[in-house]
Amino acid sequence: MIPAPFDYKRASSAAEAISLIGEYGDESKFLAGGHSLLPLMKLRLAQPSMLIDIGRIQDLSYIRDAGDHIAIGALTRHMDVEKSPVLAEHAPLLAHAAGHVGDPQVRHRGTIGGSIAHADSASDLPATTLALGATYVAQGPNGTREIAAADFYKGFLESALAPDEMLTEIRVPKMNGASWGFQKFNRRAQDWAIVGVAAWKRGTESGVALVNMGSVPVLATSVATAIAGGASIADAAQLAAAEAEPQSDLNASAEYRVHLAQVLVRRALESNNA
Amino acid sequence: MKVTITVNGKTHESEVEPRTLLVQYVRDTLGLTGTNIGCDTSSCGACSLHLNGESVKSCTLLAAQADGGTVTTIEGLANGDVMHPMQKAFMDNHGLQCGFCTPGMVMAAIGLLNENPNPTEEQVRIGLEGNLCRCTGYHNNVKSVLACANEK
Amino acid sequence: MGGSILGNRVLRKEDPKFLTTGGVYVDDLLDEPALNGALHVTYARSSVAHGLITGIDYSDALLMPGVVAIFSGADLGLQPQPSAYNPMATRTLLAMDKVRYVGEPVVAIVTETREQGEDAAEAVIIDYDVLEAHVDLEKAMASTNLLFDACGSNVVFDSMVLGLPDNTGDAYFEGCEVVVKGRYINQRVAPCPLEVRGAAASWGTDGRLTQWLSTQHAQGAVAPIAAANGVDAAQIHVKTPDVGGGFGAKIGAYPEELLLGVIAKKVGKSVRWRETRSESMVGLGHGRAQLQYVTIGGTRQGKVTHYQLWAIQDSGAWVDMGTILAPFMTRPMSSGVYDIPNIECRTTSVVTNTTPTVAYRGAGRPEATAAIERAMDMFAAEIGMDAAEVRRINLIPKFLTPHTTVVGQTYDVGDYETSLDKALVAADYKGWREKQKARRASGDPKQIGIGVSVYVEITGGVGNGESAKVEIQDNGHALVYTGTSPHGQGHATSWAMLASEQTGIPIEDIELVWGDTDLVPIGTGTMGSRSLQQGGNAVFAVAAELVNKAKSVAARLLEASEEDIVLDKDAASFHVAGTPAVSKSWADLAVAEKAAGGLVHSDVIGVAGATFPFGAHVAIVEVDIETGKVRHIDHTACDDAGTVLNPMLLEGQIHGGVAQGAAQALMEEVRYDDDANPITSNLADYAFISAAELPSVRVVHMETPTPINLIGAKGIGESGTIGSTPALQSAVIDALAHLNVRHIDMPTTAEKVWAAVQSAR
Repeated sequence: MIPAPFDYKRASSAAEAISLIGEYGDESKFLAGGHSLLPLMKLRLAQPSMLIDIGRIQDLSYIRDAGDHIAIGALTRHMDVEKSPVLAEHAPLLAHAAGHVGDPQVRHRGTIGGSIAHADSASDLPATTLALGATYVAQGPNGTREIAAADFYKGFLESALAPDEMLTEIRVPKMNGASWGFQKFNRRAQDWAIVGVAAWKRGTESGVALVNMGSVPVLATSVATAIAGGASIADAAQLAAAEAEPQSDLNASAEYRVHLAQVLVRRALESNNA
Repeated sequence: MKVTITVNGKTHESEVEPRTLLVQYVRDTLGLTGTNIGCDTSSCGACSLHLNGESVKSCTLLAAQADGGTVTTIEGLANGDVMHPMQKAFMDNHGLQCGFCTPGMVMAAIGLLNENPNPTEEQVRIGLEGNLCRCTGYHNNVKSVLACANEK
Repeated sequence: MGGSILGNRVLRKEDPKFLTTGGVYVDDLLDEPALNGALHVTYARSSVAHGLITGIDYSDALLMPGVVAIFSGADLGLQPQPSAYNPMATRTLLAMDKVRYVGEPVVAIVTETREQGEDAAEAVIIDYDVLEAHVDLEKAMASTNLLFDACGSNVVFDSMVLGLPDNTGDAYFEGCEVVVKGRYINQRVAPCPLEVRGAAASWGTDGRLTQWLSTQHAQGAVAPIAAANGVDAAQIHVKTPDVGGGFGAKIGAYPEELLLGVIAKKVGKSVRWRETRSESMVGLGHGRAQLQYVTIGGTRQGKVTHYQLWAIQDSGAWVDMGTILAPFMTRPMSSGVYDIPNIECRTTSVVTNTTPTVAYRGAGRPEATAAIERAMDMFAAEIGMDAAEVRRINLIPKFLTPHTTVVGQTYDVGDYETSLDKALVAADYKGWREKQKARRASGDPKQIGIGVSVYVEITGGVGNGESAKVEIQDNGHALVYTGTSPHGQGHATSWAMLASEQTGIPIEDIELVWGDTDLVPIGTGTMGSRSLQQGGNAVFAVAAELVNKAKSVAARLLEASEEDIVLDKDAASFHVAGTPAVSKSWADLAVAEKAAGGLVHSDVIGVAGATFPFGAHVAIVEVDIETGKVRHIDHTACDDAGTVLNPMLLEGQIHGGVAQGAAQALMEEVRYDDDANPITSNLADYAFISAAELPSVRVVHMETPTPINLIGAKGIGESGTIGSTPALQSAVIDALAHLNVRHIDMPTTAEKVWAAVQSAR
C-alpha cells in the first residue's frame, strides 16, 4: 500500500515550515517522524496534497533542564525521551511512557511533538503529558504562544493548534519527589492501549490522565480532587472514569473500559516508582 | 524528486516520487528484494532495516526522509561469505523457517543488541514486539538472539 | 565409519540464502526475463457483504495515469463455475451479478506500475442493491435469504448426505449418571502467512502459459488454471518461487490467480499480481469457524460412555475446502484419544457472507480436539475430578496394531497415557497445582491456571503416495525431485538427508527440485502434515532403488557380479566386496550411464494410509482476575510423530504450532460487524500473536514409529496447533475454576475473562 500522490517540501527551520504551511494551506500537513501520519495516508484515510517535512529541523530536538520544568523539543524522538537522563531524574513517568509507544522501530522515528500534535487519545504521550500538567509551545506566523495541555485536546484527532501553527516545545514540570505509575493495558505489546493510565502522586497532590477513554485524552480530575480531599487511593480510583466518555470498539466495551480505568488508576497510584 | 542514499556502503542518486516509501525504494529502485513487505500498518516488521544505524520500519518512511542517510539491509550484513554473527546465530539455532520475516527479524535483532547487549529472554521478547513471525513461534528467534548475545 | 545422518540435528542447507540475500518470493522475481516489462493487476473488490451489482463504472479509472485496461467479469466473458464440493453452488471468478462478501474481486485493473493500480481502484464505481447479510450461522441456516439460490438453502453440505445418521438428541443420554452440555465457538481465524498471495503469468511464443504462484501445491493448480484459460493442462507450466508460509490457506488457487493468464492474453503482455495485507485479510481463505453443540455423559466415577457432537461449519461465501473439513476431518476424529463406546456426530456446513473458509493448520482436527477436550474438562468439573485423571480413565490403552474407534476411524499406533505422563512430569504438573493452591489461598488477583490436553490427529491423509526422482549429475552430485512443496519446513535439508542416507552423497552435494510442474509433473504438494511420510518416504525408497541401479552399472564397469558390489557410504563410492582399493564414484557411474539416459530413477511410492500422531500438552497461564488479562507463562508439549528425522526441524514445527494454537486460544479472531463488514482486516486490528505474548516451549520427545511407511514417521506440522489450543483454553478456565467459571469461548480475551468472572460471581 502506498499513499495517494502528494507534493513534498522540506523545511529547515520552524519559520520556514510555518511560512510553507501558510502558503499551501488546508491541504498541506506537517510531517515529523511520520509514524502517525504515514499509516493513515497508506490506508488513504488521509490524503494531503502537500507534505512539509519538518523532520530535519535540527534545533527542535533537545531535552533541557529549564529550572522548574524540562523543555523538550517537539522533534525529539520517543527513543530519546525514553533514554534521557534528564527526564529519568526529573520526569521519569514521561520517559517510561515513551518506552511503551509502539515498538523499538517506531520509537526510533516517532517524535513526541508529532504524537501530541496528532492528538490521538489512544496514544500514550498526550495523556502522559496531560497528567504531568505540561504546557505546549506553538509557533505561528505571529510568534509563539503557550497552550496548557488541559486546553489542547479539542476532539477526535483535533487540537487547539491553528492550521498554520506548529508545535515546537513541550514543557513538563519537574515531578521530583512524586511517586508515579504508568499502566498500559493492551492485547499485544505493540498495540495501542485499550486503556492506559499515567499518574503521579506527591502527598495529597496528584495528576491522573487516561489513554483511550474517549475522543480526547482525559484528565481524571475527580480522582485528584478526591485524593486532595484525603480519600484513599482505592476510593479515589473508583472515580477514574468520571470525566471520561469511553466508546465501545473492537477491543473493549465502554463498560469494560470504565472498569479497567478504575483498576489501572488504582494500580498506577499505588505504584512505588519514584 | 531526487534522493541520495547510501545503501550497504554504496551511494545512489535516484529520482523518486515523493510518495515512494523507503521499502519501495530499496526493493524496486535498487532491486534489493531481501527486505520484504508483510503488512500495511507498520505492524509486522518484515520491512525492518537500519537507517543511520538504527532499526526502522521502511514501510513507514518516505525515501525522501532517508535522503542523505545511510541504510543497511540484510544484503549488507555479511562480509563476503562470512555471515554477521546474528545471521550465523539464526542459522545455528533454526531461527527461521519460511524466511519471509527473517531479514526484518535479523535487522531488528541486531538493533536490539546494539542497544542492549546482554538482554534477558523477556527483554528479547519485548524487544521483538514489532516483528511478527508465523512459522517459528518465536522460540528459536529468541534463542538465536540470546545465543548471539552470549557469543559476544 | 560414520553413523546414520538420520535423527541428527542437521542445520538447514537453505538458510544461508534466506539469511544473506533473502528468499526469492514471487514478488522478488525481478530477473525473470519473461516478466520483463510485466504489467500489474489490481482488483477492485466488493465493499458490501451481500448485494446485487446494479452497475460498474470504470470510465474515470480508465483515464488515470498508467491504466492499460480494466475488465469486469462480463468483459472477460466469465461463466459460472460449480463448486467441487456442491455443484449447485456456482460463481464467476469476478463477481458479476451478485457479491457475497466484502473483499470479493469484481473488477481487474491493469496498469504499468502497482501504485497506479491502487490509485485507479479508488476510481472504480460499483453500485449495489444491498441485501441482508448473514454472519450468524444459525440464522443463515434458517433463512430463506440465500447466498446461492440453486442450493435451495444456505446449508451446502451435511454429513447426512453421506448416509450418516442424524444425532438423536437428549434421549441418547438416558441412563447416564452425569450429563454435561456445551455450546462452543471455535472461532474464525486468519492464517496470516507473512507473505501474502502473489502470482505472475506469461504466455510464451510456444502458446504455453507459465504461471508463478505462491502455493503449497503447484501440480494442483494446473487443472484450474488450464480451465480458467480454456486450454489443455499440457499448456500450463506452474513454477513455485520461495513461499513465505501457507498454513493450508495456499493449497488451492484463488480467483485472482486463476484470472492472470486470461488478463495477460487480453493485454498481450505478462502480468504480475500481489495483494496487500488488507486485501489478504479478506481474500485469503480463513480457518476454523465452527459452532459446536456438545453433550457428554458418563458415570460419577469418571467413565465417559456417551458423546454427541453437532459441528456447524461456517463455509463463508463459497463452498470451498472449509466446507468439507467438518465431515471429513472433524467427524472421524471426534472420539479423540478416548475409548468412548457411544458417539454421535453430525456436521452441517453453512454459507455466510464472510470470507470463504479453507484449510488452516490442523484443518478440522483442532476443532474435533477442542470439542472433546473441552467436554472432558466440563465433565471433570461436574464430577469434581482432576482434569488429568478423568482423561487417564478414558484413554484408549496403548496399541501397536490398528485400533478402530466407534465412529469408524482406524488409528495406526498409540500410547496416549505415556505421552500424558511424560508431559505432566516435564511440566511439573503437581508442582503447579501446589502453586495454584497457594495463589488461591493468598487472594492474589493474579491466579494460576493449568490446562491439559491429550490429542490424536490424522496426518498424511491427503494423497496415497508421492513422486520422487533422484538423478546423478556428471560431477557426482544428486538432484532430488519431489512432489511436495516446502514453504519453511526444510525439505531441501530433510530430503537431502534421506537421499544421503541411501547414497552416501553428502547433503551439500544434493539439491532439491520442487514446485515446477514441467520438472515435477506429479505431486500432491505440502498439506495435512504429509510431506515426510509420503514425499520423504518416496525419496528414501527411490534413492534405494537408484543405489541398486548404480550397483548394476558398477558391476559392469568393475567386471564383477552385481551381488558382490557394495556401496561405501562414507566414500560415496562402489567397489567389489573385499577390494575397496578399486572403486567407482557416483560421478564415474553417471558419466558411464550418460549415453543410456543417465543415472536416474523415478517412481511414485505409495503408502498404506494415514498416520495418527498424538501427544499431550500442559499449558500454564496467569490470569489477572481484576482485569481479565491472561499471560501464557509456561508450556510443555509432548508430541509423538513417530521416528524423528531431524529433531531440530521437528521442534521448530512444534514451536510454531504451539504459537498458532495459543494465538487461537488467547487472542486471534476474525470479526465482522452485524452487516458482515470485516473489522479485523489488517494486522493492527487482527491480534496476530507476537513474541511478547508467548513463553518458550518445553518440548518432550517421544517416538512411537508407525508401520505405515518405510521411515516410521508421522506428521508433525499441525500437532502443536492441535494440542496447544485446548490446553490453553482449559488453563484460562482452570484459573477461574474456584470462582465457578466453567467455560469461556475462544479467544479468551481479557474482556471475556472479566465478564465470565463477573457473571459467575
